[in-house]
Amino acid sequence: MNSVIGANIVRFIALLLVQVVICNNINFLGYINPYIYIIFIFLFPIRENRLIFLLVSFLLGMMVDMFSDSGGVHAAAAVCLAYSRPVLLKTSFGMLYEHQTIKFSNTEVGSLITYITLGTVLHHFILFSLEIFNISNILLILKKTLFSSIFTILLSVLIIILFSRTRK
Amino acid sequence: MQQIFNFVIRNKTFLLFLLLFSIALALTIQSHSYHRSKFINSANGLTGGVYGTFNSIDQYFDLKEENAILSDENKRLREQLLNSVNTSDSSYIDTTSYSQGKYRVIKANVYKNSYSLTNNLLTLNRGENDSVKQDFGVITSKGIIGIIDNTSKKYATVLSILSKKSQINAKLKSTNHIGSLIWNGESPEFTQLIDVSNFAPVKIGDTIVTGGQSAIFPKGIGIGTIDSFETDISGDTYNIQVRLFNDMTNVGTVYIIENLDKTEIKALEDSIDE
Repeated sequence: MNSVIGANIVRFIALLLVQVVICNNINFLGYINPYIYIIFIFLFPIRENRLIFLLVSFLLGMMVDMFSDSGGVHAAAAVCLAYSRPVLLKTSFGMLYEHQTIKFSNTEVGSLITYITLGTVLHHFILFSLEIFNISNILLILKKTLFSSIFTILLSVLIIILFSRTRK
Repeated sequence: MQQIFNFVIRNKTFLLFLLLFSIALALTIQSHSYHRSKFINSANGLTGGVYGTFNSIDQYFDLKEENAILSDENKRLREQLLNSVNTSDSSYIDTTSYSQGKYRVIKANVYKNSYSLTNNLLTLNRGENDSVKQDFGVITSKGIIGIIDNTSKKYATVLSILSKKSQINAKLKSTNHIGSLIWNGESPEFTQLIDVSNFAPVKIGDTIVTGGQSAIFPKGIGIGTIDSFETDISGDTYNIQVRLFNDMTNVGTVYIIENLDKTEIKALEDSIDE
């Protein structure tokens, strides 16, 4: 049990640092940045208390906000993603989730990609809507969501596959 | 009463979500509607420390470029010193011509820069300990960067000119026609100068400098050149597209400018308002 908590604390700090020091400065084609800190929310243990999960996600978003001077946009998007995670899990993993037996390290890659894609698009859409905060710029919001999502999904899947030890 | 408790316990996840989401939303709205981002900003010890550590590594990659910029500036200053003519209308920064000790200049390093958001902020490694305060101007050797937004003991954030919240008084260099410098949130290479009178002789390639009407920037600091212009819908004013002198995506060393007469000017203006 303690190793799970330890692993999550390490993951929290590592992802936060990588996000603010490296990923926030990529600015591919001028505005495309990956937001890989949401891997933490994807991989958070499923059987943990949901209240703690929400609070930790909020804290993570808030920290990213503090580093990037963006008000509360990351916190809002992270909390939304954390709250809607059960629905995402159910749609992408189906029966496995019903039986509470998902282990991210040995699920099928296909379901994993569905799960991450849905979550990332949801998170990025909320993030950019709040950041731009102007409904007349809906095209800009969609454009940013699309391109940043592709970047984030690619990186997230790669990172999750690379760092999971017991993949078949 | 019992039912209320039951309701709260049954929906505790949703209620917590609602609470956290509204906090985040409130912070977002607050950061969009006020000039200052009060609560959550990167001018604090934690973020400053982290950025400082990585900045010291990062600096090595730009050393060559920084050197070139500095020697360029040295050359200009040396030329000015030798020619020693009063060039207060020049496009580049010449702190010696703002003589009579009206301005104080503080050197600072940029710890964090951003240009892809709609409201961009920079973090500098100077703060209240170096007597940096809100509303000081920030420039480089080429032109203006922005205005100090928040300060902590050791760090300060700068509201970049690449921000929808920023509005800076600017004028044409050749005449005294003034306008407001804003940003439309699109390209980090361009800003927009609006409300320029129709009588102004606007030519593509002309230089735009700071107007000196606010107490923040001295008059005549370079901003950029005119890239294109059009008449406003109302027909009375020009909207000018300004190509910035500074590459806002690559800012290393900046100067913070304090106007020592600011309190006096401010007091005078306030007395007129009453």
